[in-house]
Amino acid sequence: MIDWGAIFSNAAVELISPTTAAYALAALGLAVHFGYTGLLNFGQAGFMALGAYGYAISILSFGFPVWAAVVVGIAASVIFALILGIPTLRLRADYLAIVTIAAAEIVRLLFTTNTFQPLTGSANGLSGYKGGFAALNPIPEGSYGFGPFQYNAYDWWLRLVAWTIVVLACLFTWQIMRSPWGRVIKGIREDEDAVRALGKNVYFYKMQSLVLGGVYGTIAGMIFVLPRAVVPSNYQTSLTFFIYAILLLGGAATILGPVIGSMIFWVLLSFFSGFIARAVEAGWLPFMSSIQAGQLRFILVGVAIMLIVIFRPQGIFGNKKELAFVK
Amino acid sequence: MSSDTAPSNKPVKTTDLHIGAAEPGCKKRDPILVADGVTRTFGGLKAVDVEHVEIPRGAITALIGPNGAGKTTLFNLLTGFDKPDSGSWTFEGRSLSGMPAFQVARMGQVRTFQLTKALGLLTVMDNMLLGAKGQTGENLFRAVLPFLWRKEESANEARAIDILTRFKLDTKKDDYAASLSGGQRKLLEMARALMSEPTLVMLDEPMAGVNPALTQSLLDHILNLKTQGMTVLFVEHDMHMVRHIADWVIVMAEGRIVAEGDPHEVMRNPAVIDAYLGQHHDEDLGADPTAEAENVVAIKELLE
Ligand SMILES: Nc1ncnc2c1ncn2[C@@H]1O[C@H](COP(=O)(O)OP(=O)(O)O)[C@@H](O)[C@H]1O
Ligand SMILES: [Mg+2]
Repeated sequence: MIDWGAIFSNAAVELISPTTAAYALAALGLAVHFGYTGLLNFGQAGFMALGAYGYAISILSFGFPVWAAVVVGIAASVIFALILGIPTLRLRADYLAIVTIAAAEIVRLLFTTNTFQPLTGSANGLSGYKGGFAALNPIPEGSYGFGPFQYNAYDWWLRLVAWTIVVLACLFTWQIMRSPWGRVIKGIREDEDAVRALGKNVYFYKMQSLVLGGVYGTIAGMIFVLPRAVVPSNYQTSLTFFIYAILLLGGAATILGPVIGSMIFWVLLSFFSGFIARAVEAGWLPFMSSIQAGQLRFILVGVAIMLIVIFRPQGIFGNKKELAFVK
Repeated sequence: MSSDTAPSNKPVKTTDLHIGAAEPGCKKRDPILVADGVTRTFGGLKAVDVEHVEIPRGAITALIGPNGAGKTTLFNLLTGFDKPDSGSWTFEGRSLSGMPAFQVARMGQVRTFQLTKALGLLTVMDNMLLGAKGQTGENLFRAVLPFLWRKEESANEARAIDILTRFKLDTKKDDYAASLSGGQRKLLEMARALMSEPTLVMLDEPMAGVNPALTQSLLDHILNLKTQGMTVLFVEHDMHMVRHIADWVIVMAEGRIVAEGDPHEVMRNPAVIDAYLGQHHDEDLGADPTAEAENVVAIKELLE
């Protein structure tokens, strides 16, 4: 029969997984872009790829220490944001959307092409860059934890670092969004000409927002590859859309929304894939192959997200009052 | 020249603003804004073609003209929201041509929009605070350290409450701007502009869409700006209002300035009547009070 205990504990594990943290941070970046500033960045996957590759290539090809590899990834994403922003941020909002979606695909294809195989590993990607990070681990060897949350020292170290970064990013974002800087940013979302007429350099603020949210995406990309390998096919446009789904689920102009949204997304995904796999084994779904069943979990997550969005359109943490005035 | 008495039902007019005859492009005794050869075309249409114009300091100037005359386009050009094909202009003696909109605003030339731009999902108070200039906390790095800007913020809040009270919006300070009525939003937009302590306030159709119950208070606010030493340039369609508060009137038609003058004189100018009625009149309608009244009614009907 179906082992509900295993399904639930596998789902619970996702609550604090580094992947959940990575998606939460990437979604927080989109909250800065879209939720607070009104910038339509559809290239968050590109920022994540730059983080992942920037970190891995710095270590594998150039033997950089961890901190330098992190700086390289961040610098790459700042440059990427400037390249995207300089020509588009003076134009209408939709131009940024088009340019970011295309630029993120270009980034992914550049990492996939055989031309740079010695550096990027082309379609096979990269692995073997975790030593430096593991060496920084102060936790003594061994297995720790309770219930389903039972990990070795490296896995705890990874979770600790990932979630510390997420918490710091949340606190930082919360503070700047309640400052006069955040007021200008939210004003730009509402009507940038009005903000311009009040003497604010709108272009410069939009650029700051694009860089900041992009850097969040880049750091998320680094967290994302620490429990796995760097594989170029992970950075398709669908990654950006999953992160948007998380953002809308949690609430676009909120701090906790991206975090809780990411937890719900990953817990649901794990729950449905565990449930379906076992249901197929148990012969509950005789009309389905196990490959079809693998696709079904995304459909079920989609339905679950739709239900949440229908019954709570402002997102879980969004302000209901705001919704009364949405244009 | 300008007077300090508070506006009453009979506003105190500022007179003796120009030098020589009151004709299009005439010189002013003390101009705050001077524009030369400003043109802007959209496709084949010459939306603005202004040879020379001077806006008098410390007075209320009305910019009138039929729909499509180019008033909004001229506003956009002068405030850096649009780029002219040719032309140059100075504000308080400094050239503004080619300057981006936000820098124009920082120099003290602040505008409002024909279609109100209240920042809907910001509170009324946040709308106001956004207007304040030179805020320390608007820098990303200083934003993280509230002790650097908290005092400045409370001072701005106090000033905002002050202005909001004058505009009777103080009770709404914590509401979203989106929840205000159309007229209240116009008031908020004007109040927000005042937060930046401008020297020249440019209002594009401040009365449009405003509930008649609010128009008198809006008029008083505009008159108050002058009392406080600001210069006002406003676009308006309602001739009664123009007559009531304007010290000087500039008339545009088909992109050009066709007449200038004192609000009572300018209505008698055949060029103005042409502009509105699109036909020639032999006699001076203004000489006959009943004919003039009919003309005003005709103009108003045309504009409705
Ligand atoms: N962005 C634009 N593109 C094309 N034509 C425009 C644009 N803005 C204004 N116009 C045209 O320029 C003329 C002047 O318009 P406008 O300045 O809005 O007039 P007003 O404010 O005096 O009613 C009109 O004929 C209008 O259709
Ligand atoms: Mg107009």
